[in-house]
Amino acid sequence: MSQTQIETPSPTTTQAQPAHVLKPERSRLGLMRPDHSKSVFIDWLTTVDHKKIGIMYGAIALFFLFIGGLEALIIRTQLIIPENDLITAQRYNQLFTMHGTTMIFLAVMPLNSAFFNYLIPLQIGARDVAFPRINSLSLWTFVAGALVINFGWLLQALEMMGLFAASGPTAGMTDMVPAGGWFGYAPLTSKDYTGVGTDFWVMGLQILGVASLSSSMNFIVTILNMRAPGMKMMRMPVFTWMSLVVAFLIIFAFPAITIALGQLMFDRVFDTNFFNVAGGGQPILWQHLFWIFGHPEVYILVLPAMGIISEVLPAFSKKPLFGYSIVVFSGAVIGFLGFAVWSHHMFTTGLGKVATAAFSLLTMAIAVPTGVKIFNWVGTLWGGRVRFTAPMIFSLGFVWMFMMGGFSGIMHAAAPADAQQQDSYFVIAHFHYVIMGGIFLALVSGIYYWVPKVFGKMWKGTLSNWVAVLIVVGLNVTFFPMHFLGLLGMPRRTHTYLEGFGWASYNMVCTIGSYILALGILLLLVDLIRCLRSGEPAGDDPWDARTLEWATTSPPQVYNFAQTPVIPARDALWVHKHGPENKKITYEADHGHGIHMPSNSWMPLIASVGFVPLGLGMTLMQAGVPYMGYVAIFGLIMITIGLILWAIEGPGGYHLHPEQENT
Amino acid sequence: MSENATAHQDDGHASLIIDNKKLLMWLFLGSDCMFFGTLISTHLIYRKLYPESFDPTTLFSLELTSFSTFILLMSSFLMALAVSAMHKGELKSFRRNVLGVIFFGLIFLGCQVYEFAHFVHAGLTLSTNTFGSTFYMMTGTHGVHVAIGVFWLICMYFYSHTGKMDAHESAVDVEIAGLYWHFVDIVWIVIFTAVYLIEFI
Repeated sequence: MSQTQIETPSPTTTQAQPAHVLKPERSRLGLMRPDHSKSVFIDWLTTVDHKKIGIMYGAIALFFLFIGGLEALIIRTQLIIPENDLITAQRYNQLFTMHGTTMIFLAVMPLNSAFFNYLIPLQIGARDVAFPRINSLSLWTFVAGALVINFGWLLQALEMMGLFAASGPTAGMTDMVPAGGWFGYAPLTSKDYTGVGTDFWVMGLQILGVASLSSSMNFIVTILNMRAPGMKMMRMPVFTWMSLVVAFLIIFAFPAITIALGQLMFDRVFDTNFFNVAGGGQPILWQHLFWIFGHPEVYILVLPAMGIISEVLPAFSKKPLFGYSIVVFSGAVIGFLGFAVWSHHMFTTGLGKVATAAFSLLTMAIAVPTGVKIFNWVGTLWGGRVRFTAPMIFSLGFVWMFMMGGFSGIMHAAAPADAQQQDSYFVIAHFHYVIMGGIFLALVSGIYYWVPKVFGKMWKGTLSNWVAVLIVVGLNVTFFPMHFLGLLGMPRRTHTYLEGFGWASYNMVCTIGSYILALGILLLLVDLIRCLRSGEPAGDDPWDARTLEWATTSPPQVYNFAQTPVIPARDALWVHKHGPENKKITYEADHGHGIHMPSNSWMPLIASVGFVPLGLGMTLMQAGVPYMGYVAIFGLIMITIGLILWAIEGPGGYHLHPEQENT
Repeated sequence: MSENATAHQDDGHASLIIDNKKLLMWLFLGSDCMFFGTLISTHLIYRKLYPESFDPTTLFSLELTSFSTFILLMSSFLMALAVSAMHKGELKSFRRNVLGVIFFGLIFLGCQVYEFAHFVHAGLTLSTNTFGSTFYMMTGTHGVHVAIGVFWLICMYFYSHTGKMDAHESAVDVEIAGLYWHFVDIVWIVIFTAVYLIEFI
């Protein structure tokens, strides 16, 4: 992947071109920069290349997808028959809490982030993101947060192996895995009801918030400021547009949950009264703050998926996206409305008639831009020359399955109906159709579409058809009966149920479906590994695609484009291939000083790693483990030192001179 | 915090006119608005919910807080002078003004520490009631912002002695620190109005 520079200058070259000789330079600190490291390990740890960071995001996201899936399978296995005692009720609580948290924050969001990182600079013709080192900070901070959230599982595993016991100095460390549900409603998360697991959850989410916020700001600057000449806003690929909307959603939505988590932390550590009923606190405040974040979060998850669909459908219909500007516009409208519907999660809390009616109406209104998008996708397919390739099959699956989730969503929008459906399996069915049937299928579609670009290898054979069949059948068999379960009154988060409730057969079907789904995902991984190990070379543009990322090599060189492209039109590559002569992509002449590349750096990694002792120290200090306050202070110092050295070190950079035929 | 991936902004990129770093700071401030918005609205909601439970007018010293507000406002003035000095490359004037900002920032923090200590002595702690919880967390978060700003400016002051700062390279960095400082100042104006002054109406 990284054999990019011209590293071997022949000593006999008569040209005085020392720029070819790429040796690590010293930074302003006097330290060696970790550029051009011989060690692959150091190179990936310190990389600022958006493509490597994207690949790492993707790999970690797939790992957590696996973990979250495993948790789901245990949940489903517990529910397969009435009065099953595979796991205890407490373990069940931990599993559904961590399943939700893992899937949303550690699987889908980073998988989205993987696509953002890899694709945005390529789609807008930039060398890298605006702030490559902040990008590296985002990645490693995300890893630190994931570690803190999952630390309870590690301790639990150690306890099972007999290597750790909650006694002596660690006596306070009971209930080590978060068990308050993924939205952690107060007062269940207070000290009276949950143990140190909730602290891990609070700290972990705070750290993940740092990662999400920094990367979102980075992407907004990248998209607004780093576009190649001619890449006007309304010429940008839709995926980049949707990423821009998502980044704005993140920077305005995450503060609400960060403060809410801070208040919860203060309640637990300093006995404040934010959600403490005895002291006058109102648990409903948590619900408002959480869903002011939580509902935009839904669109944070789904808009990139819609972006992917808007790339794949035109590419395999041989037509431009139907109504490009209206698709972009409705994406932005969804973003705006996403901030105005949070209370539809709280219809049963007694908001009052006016508020309930308003939020009900706004929630129905949000179906309009979503419907507009669906019709535009159908319009794209209409009369197109449709090719049923793997990405296309998953994208078509998205349109169908996402619509199913959307329909039950509209049912929730009606407050009286929602009052019946609240906290039943009907809700579970709804959001799993949206997330599994919608977002996940779109992400798989994106994986099938862009892996040939990322790794330069083509998919082998038709295993993808089996993947598609198993996943779509699996998710329908799993989640469709849940509608009926909900209407039959099965509450969500039920550890077990009795024989006579009439839920047994549906639950059996759901569980069987989840195994089919798991098999499909396993097969997806097999297909991916097969492709990476022995796929044929893909070539630059294997799908006959439309957007700029396919104009460069597969995999792209470290500098993305040897010369900066000048963009003549929307769907630049398609117009370049099939359009008139005066609409070709041209390339700016090299100024003669080569390509300026940012230098690798240790500092983001150091600052990010500091979040681990900070997070763990603060949580364990709260549990009464001695000396943990010092660990937290150590973490804080580490972060500060990392940031200061980062500032002093300077961005650095070196120049590359690609061979001319690379262009 | 000088970072810019592609140094060649003259490549003719289709970009906004605003500098990358400055845009990043604006976005951060936009996000920060939501942080303070959440904190202030939490405070106001609980204040409205329990109007009788606690009377802060017995505790607040309007004279002291007006003084520290004035000091913070003046520090913003000096910050503007420091930014302007850096744009002209007048390093000496920059240092003098930045020292002034740091000094005023420290006075503000000192007033806040005194105020907190005074309130705690008078019996208002984090866990006394919802007023204590929201008040300390909100003003504390603001205080942390001021402290980070002071720390940042101290770093900048020392950095200006290394000879690596000049109008061409560093004006934008100073300007960004200035944006941050002004924002923190504005937030205080909102808190001063919505939390302190309003109680005396």
